[in-house]
Amino acid sequence: MTTTTAARRGPGDEAGDNEGAGAGTTNTSGAATAAAGGSGGTAPTPRPRRRRRHHWRRRRKEYLLFLLMISPNLVIIGTFDYWPVIYNAWLSLTRWNMISGVPRYVGLENYQNLFTSSSFHGILLNTLTFSAAIVVGSVVLGLALALLFDQKLRGRGIVRTAAFAPHIVSGAAVATLWLFIFDPAYGLTRVVLDPFGIESPRWVNDADWALIALVIAYLWKGLGFVAIVYLAGLQNLPEELYEAARLDGAGTWTTFRRITLPLLSPVTFFVLVTSIIGTFQAYDMIAVLTDGGPGDATTTLSWYVYQQGFRASDAGSAAAAAMLLFVILLVVTGLQTRFVQRKVHYA
Amino acid sequence: MSAARLRRVLLYAGLVAVGLLFIGPLYWLFSSALKESGDIYQFPPRWLPGWHIENFAEAWRAAPFGDFFVNSLIVTAGGATIKLVNATLTAYAFVFLRFPYKNVIFLAMLGALMVPNNVTLIVNYITVSNLGWVNTYLGLIVPSAGSVFGMFLLRQYMLTLPGDVVEAARVDGAGHLRIMWQVVLPMCKPMLVTVGIIAVVDMWNDFIWPLIVTNTVEMRTLPIGLLYLRSTEGYSNWGAIMAGTVMVALPMLILFLVAQRQITRGLTGGAVKG
Repeated sequence: MTTTTAARRGPGDEAGDNEGAGAGTTNTSGAATAAAGGSGGTAPTPRPRRRRRHHWRRRRKEYLLFLLMISPNLVIIGTFDYWPVIYNAWLSLTRWNMISGVPRYVGLENYQNLFTSSSFHGILLNTLTFSAAIVVGSVVLGLALALLFDQKLRGRGIVRTAAFAPHIVSGAAVATLWLFIFDPAYGLTRVVLDPFGIESPRWVNDADWALIALVIAYLWKGLGFVAIVYLAGLQNLPEELYEAARLDGAGTWTTFRRITLPLLSPVTFFVLVTSIIGTFQAYDMIAVLTDGGPGDATTTLSWYVYQQGFRASDAGSAAAAAMLLFVILLVVTGLQTRFVQRKVHYA
Repeated sequence: MSAARLRRVLLYAGLVAVGLLFIGPLYWLFSSALKESGDIYQFPPRWLPGWHIENFAEAWRAAPFGDFFVNSLIVTAGGATIKLVNATLTAYAFVFLRFPYKNVIFLAMLGALMVPNNVTLIVNYITVSNLGWVNTYLGLIVPSAGSVFGMFLLRQYMLTLPGDVVEAARVDGAGHLRIMWQVVLPMCKPMLVTVGIIAVVDMWNDFIWPLIVTNTVEMRTLPIGLLYLRSTEGYSNWGAIMAGTVMVALPMLILFLVAQRQITRGLTGGAVKG
């Protein structure tokens, strides 16, 4: 996303300052005058000193109001978003059970333990597999859905609404629904697979299938959102290019590959980044569907943070895993910012 | 059959398949919630449900859904209101008030979007427990009551408002609070609705924080309550579990059907403008 760097309109600026000079109060502190002088009181007015003082008082009032208005939000964000980063970094260098005593400094031991533990390698691999499957699935299927919704078909509105709906339903509810769908004996998957003579796998109870089950349910929840994002991108593409391609005799596939895909690349990148961020913060669906299991089969980095912190009461290694996650996400978001900026210059 | 006709047939087939893929599970959810257990445990399944509301009563018996509803309502109403007020005040200040380096402050606040929730879990739990807020509404609400994305959306919207209206109000001698309340906010109504609804959805669906910060069944919110229901019912009673799922999902589905446009705009806003 891009941010406009400067607020375009400060209200009134100097305009409203020439009404009735600084009322009765006489405060001849040189500091006020000096400070006000800094902000360019150049206009030749009859009583510059009183005018500047008035100006400064107004400005001070405005500064105070500004602070009052932003401080509740600023305090909450500072306390619950920024302070955790700092303190978490410290905690990752300590050992602590989160219950009694105080964190004890152990240096990089937590990180060393993580990187040398083979179960943690498995967890990293789970995270990457999960993330990659969601990213690829979102981009490919999301774009396919968007292309379908872009056609003038009767009833597409209803399907689009139905596809988007799971996105705003609680992940815990979606996961519970899918838990029933995945029931090998009475679930919907048996209904779907039975006509083909395929026996339903034991999905969430089978270490080989649990991650696949998680990916399916997760994609089902998020796909409608990705499709809508792609659809908005498709509808913003310039019609003239397609006109020109048609005149040049380009086929549907060539047009798609040479025009649609490249022009959609900013959207694809957005989908990529938001999918990665989403999978790296997934809790609710894992909690309900698999609880990280069987074994460690669906334990991702984020689930590991929760497990270590709140079940194993090992604040240090939880904090170290969280730091690792944070750094990975920073790199990903950094890439997005760079890419988007390049795109903006290019466009 | 001509190529164009074949193409249309295929497209409609695709649309029907996609429709089934998304409507099917939702239908499965609602129909199962209304089925008698005899109808649930049979194969092939019966597609038409009865009207077996007993499942809801049973879910309600197995877990204190009344408490869950009250908690979710309090947390959602309180949290979303504070979020919206924070977003509005901050956005107004950044657009219409002067302050040295205010754009630097804005970017610093926006940077909070880059902090993933995993990093904040442990420390926020420590902070909240030092404040004595564990298992309280304050603990459930306050850590999520800041607004970054909503503030961003509102600020961008306020920057597009016609400046002369605000100007005119200032010349008439109106103070900032009056300008905000009587001039700016009425013009921001569509975006306020969007930001408010997104805040409601976020608070209602939030999972990991309520899970951590509450520790008695009576203080759980609906999504956590659903997890609890499943642990008490096991896999033995899908009818009741689906009824519980409906109770968690339905309010947001209704909200979505009512305010589809605002929700889609808010959630895809970052992408399309980006």
